[in-house]
Amino acid sequence: MEILQQLFFYVVALVAVISGLLVVTCRNPVNSAISLVMTFFCLAMFYVTLHAPFMAAIQIMVYAGAIMVLIVFVIMLLNLGSAVAVRYRHAVTGAVVASGLMLFQVLIMLKKGSVSVVRGPIDAAHVEAVGHTELIGQSLFTDFLLPFEIASILLLVAIVGAVVLAKREV
Amino acid sequence: MPEMLSLSNDPILFIAVMLTKILSVFIVVVLIVAYATYAERKIIGRMQTRLGPTMTGPLGLLQPIADGLKLFFKEDIIPSQASKVAFVLAPMMILVPAFITVGVIPFGGDIVIRGYTVPLQIADLNVGILYIIAMAGLGVYGIVLAGWSSNNKYSLIGGVRAAAQVISYELAAGLSIVAVFMLAETLSLRGIVEAQSGSILNWYVFSQPLAFCLFFITSIAEINRTPFDLPEAETELVSGFCTEYSSMKYALFFMAEYANMVVIAALISTLFLGGPAGPFPGVINILIKVFGFMFIFIWMRATFPRVRYDQLMFMGWKVFLPLALLNIVITGVVIIL
Repeated sequence: MEILQQLFFYVVALVAVISGLLVVTCRNPVNSAISLVMTFFCLAMFYVTLHAPFMAAIQIMVYAGAIMVLIVFVIMLLNLGSAVAVRYRHAVTGAVVASGLMLFQVLIMLKKGSVSVVRGPIDAAHVEAVGHTELIGQSLFTDFLLPFEIASILLLVAIVGAVVLAKREV
Repeated sequence: MPEMLSLSNDPILFIAVMLTKILSVFIVVVLIVAYATYAERKIIGRMQTRLGPTMTGPLGLLQPIADGLKLFFKEDIIPSQASKVAFVLAPMMILVPAFITVGVIPFGGDIVIRGYTVPLQIADLNVGILYIIAMAGLGVYGIVLAGWSSNNKYSLIGGVRAAAQVISYELAAGLSIVAVFMLAETLSLRGIVEAQSGSILNWYVFSQPLAFCLFFITSIAEINRTPFDLPEAETELVSGFCTEYSSMKYALFFMAEYANMVVIAALISTLFLGGPAGPFPGVINILIKVFGFMFIFIWMRATFPRVRYDQLMFMGWKVFLPLALLNIVITGVVIIL
C-alpha cells in the first residue's frame, strides 16, 4: 500500500508541477487560468492524502469553484487576447529570485524536520476516528473563536466596501 | 455486522467490487441519459398533443441510438477564430463533473459478499455534501469556456449569463442544504440517509419543506433547465454557448444537461426523500424517485415560460438567498430548543 501511495503522490506531483509551469508559460490568459484550476485540483488531492478531506473540499469550492470563475469572468469581459508577456523582464527576474528564495527556505525547514513530523495529540488515526470536519469545527468555535469572528468582520467590511465601490451615488 | 470490505483486508475482491460498482453506475447513468432524451420528446409531445418520435424502432425506442450515431458521423467543425484548447476542453469540462458527482450517492443498503460488508455506494466521503457543492461549482467552467472560446457574440453572452446565474444560485442551493446537515449532524450522504431511516415521516422533506423547495428551484437554475435556461435562450441567443459546436461535442453538451438532471434528481431523493428507503429493494426505490423528479423537470419544461434576466437575478439574491438564511436560523433555534 505504501508503494501505491507514493506512486500516487508522484503522479499528482508531476501533474501539479506541469500545470504550474503551464500557468506561467501559456500565451493565452484563459489557458493559464485553466492550468491554475488544475493546480488547485492537485493541491486538493494532496490534502486528501494528508487526511484533510474538509480542506480539500474547501480548496476546490473556494479557489477552483469561486475565485477562478471570477478570474475567468474578468478575462472574458476584458477580452485580454494573447498577453504581451515579453515586456516585463524585470518582473520575471524578480519572481524567479523570490521563488528561488522560497524554495531554499522550504528546503531548510524540511531539513530541520520541525514541520515534517506530527506533533500534538491529533494524528491520522484521531482524525479518522473523530472526523476532519468535526475537529475543525470544534477548534474554530472554541479555541479560535476570536480570530474567527475577526475574520468575519473583515469579510463584512469587504462586502460593504464592494457595495460602496459599485454604487457611486450613495 | 461483519467487517467492512477495504483495500487492506481483501485487496483483489475490493478492487473487483469497486470496478463493478463504478461500471454499473456509469452504464446505468448513461442509459438513463440516453433514454431521458427519448422520454423528454415523448412526454412533451403528448403534452402538446403530438406523438413524439415513432419511426425508429418500435414506439420510436431506437431514436436515442439513431441520434447518437448521426451526431457521431457529422463533420466536427472548429471555427477558425476559436481558441482551440478551450474549445475542445469545454464539453469535457461540463460532462466530467456531472458524472463524478454520482460517485457519492448511495443507491442501496449494505450487502454481504464473502463475509465482508459492502456498501452500495461508490465512495462514502466524510465531506460528501461539500464534494457535491464543489463539483456543481466546477460545472460552470464548461459553459463559460464554451461561450468564450467560440469567439461569437451570442456564445459569449450565453457564457456570461451562465456564469452569473450559476454563481448566484449555487449560494442559495448550498445554504439550503446547510439546514439538512444541521439536522443530520453529518456531511456524509450515507449518514444523511441513515438519519432519515425508520419511518417515512423521518424524511427531511417533511421537517425541511422550505429547504426542499429552495433546493429544488435553485438546482434547476444551476443546471440551466427551463424556466431558467437563459444561457441557451434560442429566441434571443441562437443556441447560446453551444452555437458554434457541432458533431460529438454538441452531443456532449446535451449528455451533460441530462446527466445533471439525473444527478440533481438523485441528490434531492437522497437529501430529502430518504434515498434508497422505500417498499422495494433499495436500487429500485431510488430509481423510482429519480424518474419521478426527471418527469417533473420535463413537465416544467413543457409548462413554464422562461423567466426574464432581471427577474432571475432578483429571485436569486433577494428571495432565495434570504429565505435560505432564514431557514438556517429557524432550524438552529428549533434544534437548540
